[in-house]
Amino acid sequence: MTQLALVIDLNVCVGCQACVTSCKEWNTSGEAGPLVDLRPYDADPTGTFFNRVQTFEVGEYPNTETVHFPKSCLHCEEPPCVPVCPTGASYKREEDGIVLVDYDKCIGCKYCSWACPYGVREVDAKRKVMTKCTLCVDRIYDETLPEWDRKPACVRACPTNARLFGDVHDPDSEVSTAIRENGGYQLMPEWGTKPANHYLPRHKTRITVREDELERSDNPLRIDSKLPKPDRDEPSLDDVTSW
Amino acid sequence: MTQSPTQEVKNTTCYMCACRCGIRVHVRDGEVRYIDGNPDHPINKGGICAKGSSGIMKQYSPARLTKPLRRKQGAERGAGDFEPISWDEAFSMLGERLAHLRETDPRKFALFTGRDQMQALTGLFAKQFGTPNYAAHGGFCSVNMAAGMIYTIGGSFWEFGGPDLERSKLFVMIGTAEDHHSNPLKIAISKFKREGGRFISINPVRTGYSAIADEWVPIRPGTDSALLLALIHEIIAKGLYDRDFLVRYSNGGQLVNVDEANDEFGMFLRDEAPASEGCYDPQDKLWWDRRTDRAVRTHSADADPYLLGEFRLEDGTLAKPAFQLLKERVEEYTPEWASRITGIPAETIRRLAHEMGVTARDQRIELPIAWTDSWGVEHESVTGNPVSFHAMRGLAAHSNGFHSIRALAILMSLLGTIDRPGGFRHKAPFPRPIPPCARTPKGPEGVQPGKPLDGMVLGWPAEPDDLFVDDQGEPVRIDKAFSWEYPLAVHGMMHNVITNAWRGDPYPIDTLLIFMANMAWNSTMNTVEVRKMLNDKDENGEYKIPFLVVADAFQSEMTAFADLVLPDTTYLERHDAMSMLDRPISEFDGPADSVRIPVVPPTGECKPFQEVLIELGSRLKLPAFTTPEGKRKYRDYPDFVVNYETEPGSGIGFLAGWRGKGGEKSLRGEPNPNQWEMYAKNNCVYHHELPKSYQYMRNWNRGYLEWSQRNRITRYAEPILIHLYSEVLMKFRAAAQGKGTSRRPPAHLAERVATYFDPLPFHYDPLECQATDKHTYPLAAITQRPMAMYHSWDSQNAWLRQIHSHNVLFVSPITARNAGIEDDDWIWVESQWGKVRCMAKYSEAVEPGTVWTWNAIGKAAGAWNLSPKSNEARKGFLLNHLISEELPGDKGRISNSDPVTGQASWYDVRVRIYKAEAGEPEVTSPQFDAVKPFPGQPKRSRILNFFAAKGGK
Amino acid sequence: MHPAFSVIFLTTLIGAGQGLFIALFLVESLGLLGMAPMQNGTFFALGILASLILLGLGLFASFFHLGRPERAWRTATKWRTSWLSREVIVLPAFMGVVFLYGLAHWLNFNPTLFTLPGDRAVLATVALGAAGTLLAVALYVSTAMIYAAVKFLQEWHSPLTVVNYTVLGAASGFTLATAYAAWSGAQLVPVLASIAIVLTLLGLGTRIASLIRNARIKPKSTLQTAIGIKHPRIVQKSQGFMGGSFNTREFFHHKSDGFVRAVKWIFLIAAFAIPTVLLAVSLLMTVDPTSVLIAAALIQYLGLIAERWFFFAQANHPQNLYYQSVS
Ligand SMILES: Nc1nc2c(c(=O)[nH]1)N[C@H]1C(S)=C(S)[C@@H](COP(=O)(O)OP(=O)(O)OC[C@H]3O[C@@H](n4cnc5c(=O)[nH]c(N)nc54)[C@H](O)[C@@H]3O)O[C@H]1N2
Ligand SMILES: Nc1nc2c(c(=O)[nH]1)N[C@H]1C(S)=C(S)[C@@H](COP(=O)(O)OP(=O)(O)OC[C@H]3O[C@@H](n4cnc5c(=O)[nH]c(N)nc54)[C@H](O)[C@@H]3O)O[C@H]1N2
Ligand code: SF4
Ligand code: SF4
Ligand code: SF4
Ligand code: SF4
Ligand code: SF4
Ligand SMILES: [Mo]
Repeated sequence: MTQLALVIDLNVCVGCQACVTSCKEWNTSGEAGPLVDLRPYDADPTGTFFNRVQTFEVGEYPNTETVHFPKSCLHCEEPPCVPVCPTGASYKREEDGIVLVDYDKCIGCKYCSWACPYGVREVDAKRKVMTKCTLCVDRIYDETLPEWDRKPACVRACPTNARLFGDVHDPDSEVSTAIRENGGYQLMPEWGTKPANHYLPRHKTRITVREDELERSDNPLRIDSKLPKPDRDEPSLDDVTSW
Repeated sequence: MTQSPTQEVKNTTCYMCACRCGIRVHVRDGEVRYIDGNPDHPINKGGICAKGSSGIMKQYSPARLTKPLRRKQGAERGAGDFEPISWDEAFSMLGERLAHLRETDPRKFALFTGRDQMQALTGLFAKQFGTPNYAAHGGFCSVNMAAGMIYTIGGSFWEFGGPDLERSKLFVMIGTAEDHHSNPLKIAISKFKREGGRFISINPVRTGYSAIADEWVPIRPGTDSALLLALIHEIIAKGLYDRDFLVRYSNGGQLVNVDEANDEFGMFLRDEAPASEGCYDPQDKLWWDRRTDRAVRTHSADADPYLLGEFRLEDGTLAKPAFQLLKERVEEYTPEWASRITGIPAETIRRLAHEMGVTARDQRIELPIAWTDSWGVEHESVTGNPVSFHAMRGLAAHSNGFHSIRALAILMSLLGTIDRPGGFRHKAPFPRPIPPCARTPKGPEGVQPGKPLDGMVLGWPAEPDDLFVDDQGEPVRIDKAFSWEYPLAVHGMMHNVITNAWRGDPYPIDTLLIFMANMAWNSTMNTVEVRKMLNDKDENGEYKIPFLVVADAFQSEMTAFADLVLPDTTYLERHDAMSMLDRPISEFDGPADSVRIPVVPPTGECKPFQEVLIELGSRLKLPAFTTPEGKRKYRDYPDFVVNYETEPGSGIGFLAGWRGKGGEKSLRGEPNPNQWEMYAKNNCVYHHELPKSYQYMRNWNRGYLEWSQRNRITRYAEPILIHLYSEVLMKFRAAAQGKGTSRRPPAHLAERVATYFDPLPFHYDPLECQATDKHTYPLAAITQRPMAMYHSWDSQNAWLRQIHSHNVLFVSPITARNAGIEDDDWIWVESQWGKVRCMAKYSEAVEPGTVWTWNAIGKAAGAWNLSPKSNEARKGFLLNHLISEELPGDKGRISNSDPVTGQASWYDVRVRIYKAEAGEPEVTSPQFDAVKPFPGQPKRSRILNFFAAKGGK
Repeated sequence: MHPAFSVIFLTTLIGAGQGLFIALFLVESLGLLGMAPMQNGTFFALGILASLILLGLGLFASFFHLGRPERAWRTATKWRTSWLSREVIVLPAFMGVVFLYGLAHWLNFNPTLFTLPGDRAVLATVALGAAGTLLAVALYVSTAMIYAAVKFLQEWHSPLTVVNYTVLGAASGFTLATAYAAWSGAQLVPVLASIAIVLTLLGLGTRIASLIRNARIKPKSTLQTAIGIKHPRIVQKSQGFMGGSFNTREFFHHKSDGFVRAVKWIFLIAAFAIPTVLLAVSLLMTVDPTSVLIAAALIQYLGLIAERWFFFAQANHPQNLYYQSVS
């Protein structure tokens, strides 16, 4: 069985927000749109977005890590948002595990959002229906797009390639490999929701310079350190004592 | 629905920032539906950024200007009270005025341009007009970065070169938040990290790129020169420099006259044989040869110079190799010393030096690429040391930036990483001679009524005689660039234009044309006062700056002050050329330039500013725009781009690709009438990949230099040696010390010039800090570029402004608590020059002596067609209110700039912070009277339900 | 959670409506058993009308909670998995039965439907009443389970939520029934008031139990599990947007801790203390206690609104870990 998902590499995400606005841009004029913006040019502008990038600080100065943390629907394998939906508008697709909302069925009761611990569902304030990341279903199967383009908008956009997309059930996929090899993990595992999206942790690269490799015998100082020779005529002890 | 039949995809180049990524614009029924990165574009390889993806909201923004506007009779500048006029009226108004100025005193017309990418055209226009008063934003941006490195290695970061992260093992990023090369840098850093490279960030603040650094080295602002000099100290002390590289490719082995009594003190010793003249560094210096133990001409075959020591020439002159002088210079700059200044532990400084030195030395890269150097030596391979650096305004935007950056370039050179794999790599048209050949006129006689300027509008002084000053040594330019105050102000000094023009110092001007710069806000220091200057009148009730023209696409803060507003198109509506004559998008492997091709028609009456210049140039009959018969030469800008040649028959034009009648030539060739179509077919990019053997060591790569010469990228093919020791600087110092025969600075500036034109880098406290009581103002205040905003111009963008709708001051909790400030408190930030009220936010990611905020999020009420109640105006603030454009000087005020280059010192300001009183209003201060929308501006919607080509489904 | 008034009104109004219905049916049952005076059809019909009005208002309020009320009919489809769907099925079913029950009384149409073994005749109203009572309980459970079933909301995810819903709804219904009885002059005040007091005190007990339970809750999710980084000190600096979003509006009350604490005391006093005292007073009163009892019912209802507000406000959704900081 296929389970499509995103794998987000926190090791390289610089928090540029490209995935945020490219998602908005694709989806507002796509099958999931329009995604409203309220007070777009006034105080407290707010709007529907399927993907947000947040920033956390870990640790205390000077040992601080700044972590940029993108988050969209995790397409849980046990999605608690689905069974609670009274209309069946929220559903998980058999064929690829994508969790979707049928906007024509949704009554906007928000119950599914209560049942999602991750805060990734947003009611569109204009259409009054629940919306969320669709994994860009209207891109990834679109055969009018060239193969390389059949990826979610956010994945295509991400300049650091921090967003990988693929089937986490296929052990040979890029995403599964990345999860396996880089210690990929899920968010809030305590709830048993089994998010399909995974995150890859930070890695540190260090260089160790050992004392004995610091100065080598071919050290250029040996060549260059020809100390200036004083003039023979400069005063010396020879001039003042005879022993 | 996603692929409706009327969907088209058009390629062009992004301009949501200066990075110039290739984009694909998906247009549905004439409306922009989606913009994504062009996968076939060399810059971004398909990626895009937050801004680039939000281009739709810029295109359809209510901040857009759609009609030429004239300030209403009697209305105050700044109030934004306009009436629409026709382009005809606008052109005749402006044309007549400019014609008069050109015939009487061309200096009275000043053209200054901000974050644009068309200096090739604007510079040409200014030169043709004959005014010396032209510059782009470089002076307030990063001229230190350009000058500091170009005067040292003949190339620079910024748009001229960068780190080769593909092959690097250790990458050190200094003072960079986002930079111009945004997407490529992100692509490269990510790959670099994934391949196991080590990434160190030296920055007072940890955001963005620094977030994913393996090590963050917090540093006190303005102290990098201390760090860099200490690194150099340690590298030399441990013998970790690349001797072979320095010997051959730098002036480290060349002998400097150290006889203080001698008039030539500090100059290189030269071979008897007279050097040929030209804009290059003649190879006539001397080495002290180890084998023969005597002085020989530099690069003599079989000679090997001492880098250290002291030698006496036959004529008795005492000489030392430049490297010896460098070593002596850094003697006192120990890691312990630097630690006290930078706040970085001495062990860390040593460790960093060792990591750099040992990685460079022991992880050498060898590529099987044969090449020949300038002295005819054939090399079987290209080698490199995999340590790379990148630095930007964290170094540049300080008044000691020039020397910090020189120190960096020298450190990079000591490690042997200049234009080599894994290190720094140039981008065409760099490397260039040190300094590059362009020169401004040398005095007021270069400016003549009715004539083009006799020289370049901006240039690269190589000696005091190249300055653009009059007989008294006073500046000819309104911004005082190339004067003794800022001799190497190679990008001009836009940040002083308004203040100088207002004061009439050095002289009053008549018309100031500002293009694509928000000089009443983001790109001005001392914003509150500058806004007053723009509106200030003399005793006769005349404006001190009589006529102000602003060419902008949006209702910026600046437009409100204009007498005449010229509405520009957006990047999706016009032709643009990112020309080799300006700052092309070249790659490490060869030159590249690119274009924009309109994807949607202009909005309203918007007209590309290029067309405005072509029209004005034709009306004014400027030679470049007029046929010998006095007729208009170019139909429009696209026509100009195709047919313009720098000189008749030169074959050099704005675009390097597909030249020659049928597009068969490149770089040089006759105009090709189908050039635009060919760019259009090729992703709007022309990329010339050099043969592998020309891709490295280009300062001294005979093949490359001759290729470059053949293609007229350079005039000379002489080697470009690295200037560890800068004789160019020494010449200015000597003049200030009364030596030599060149021009001398006015007496009151002699000491300043003598001090700061040190041929070797040195550390000094930034000028503003020297003039600040640090007990009263203990904190450094700086800004960062947010990745999702471009300067002041993205607040109009409905999507981007949701990410940053206001800004706060980030403060270390330690610092804040000491001042009794809680998280989210309203506070005052006060410098010597002004104060702002804003909100504080705790952050553990900032050095405790530093406070910072995102740049240019705050807005003046009503600007950008935002509601006056918008968060930008009520909660956002501008740090610029705290920064002065001038400092007290010996003789009146002097620009708050680097004394060498005139670089604006944005990041030198010192502040104190304290809690706002309980009853104070919770809005930022200062506040400005709200400006109303201008005629012709789209109404701002209250609900935006954007769905392309469905008007909101 | 953000306390939405639509839901607050829905749950408090139908809770009281259900309780009122149960009280009325109890009155009938006690009358039939000879344990309380019999009441006439009008008494029941008017009482049921009141109950229906409460239920109707609740239903009406609930529509304000829906983004697309015109599609509300769709909600009945997922009863297998969704408590919300179940509530949506049970509520109209219950209202139908209540209506029939009232109608039967109004028309005095009360045939014996069948006879149970032991010769006990089952009247139509009794059958309807019994069915209604079952549905009322089912409705209490369904409504409560909507909240109790959300395991992420640890404050809600407890049997106490169901008990509280049921007992508080019933208590408010009985208090109301007592006031109604007094107003209509029926001699039922002692019995109804006593039951109301018992239910109110029971409610107080279970509600305090849940307050104590909730005060001790250790959140299962932390910032560490939310972003998957193990470090004792993690602080959010930016939630990714500044002007708010659905996620900052729906899951947080945006009121100060002091305000929330005040509401707690208000509901403890208004929903429990005052009604208990007033009900007790009514038992001792020699004059007409109607106004005192109406006051008791009103105050209790307002108290329950506060209680429900607090119920929402106190629930801390783990998604809030992701939405803490604007910058
Ligand atoms: N405090 C502080 N101040 C700073 C800096 C800092 O770091 N800190 N950085 C400085 C630096 S490096 C720079 S480069 C400057 C930048 O400062 P500016 O060059 O002033 O940049 P903006 O504020 O964005 O203003 C650019 C103007 O161009 C307009 N514009 C945008 N697109 C178009 C177009 O297509 N056509 C036309 N005609 N106009 C257009 C915008 O509306 C805007 O008015 O800011 C400087 N100011
Ligand atoms: N998204 C976006 N991209 C942009 C721009 C934009 O506005 N938005 N602007 C463009 C322009 S015009 C420019 S010039 C470039 C500038 O690109 P950058 O130079 O990357 O931009 P700044 O934000 O000025 O970054 C300066 C960095 O230096 C640090 N810093 C300040 N003082 C010191 C110091 O003394 N020492 C050290 N080591 N670090 C210090 C600051 O903390 C900050 O991280 O960006 C370009 N790219
Ligand atoms: S686009 Fe990529 S790098 Fe940028 S915020 Fe999103 S995941 Fe991070
Ligand atoms: S992340 Fe939330 S909305 Fe997405 S599937 Fe999981 S529970 Fe449902
Ligand atoms: S809001 Fe829509 S999708 Fe969510 S539970 Fe209600 S009906 Fe289902
Ligand atoms: S997969 Fe598509 S819908 Fe989901 S976050 Fe990415 S761009 Fe948005
Ligand atoms: S980096 Fe600049 S040019 Fe590239 S996509 Fe972003 S805004 Fe456009
Ligand atoms: Mo800049």
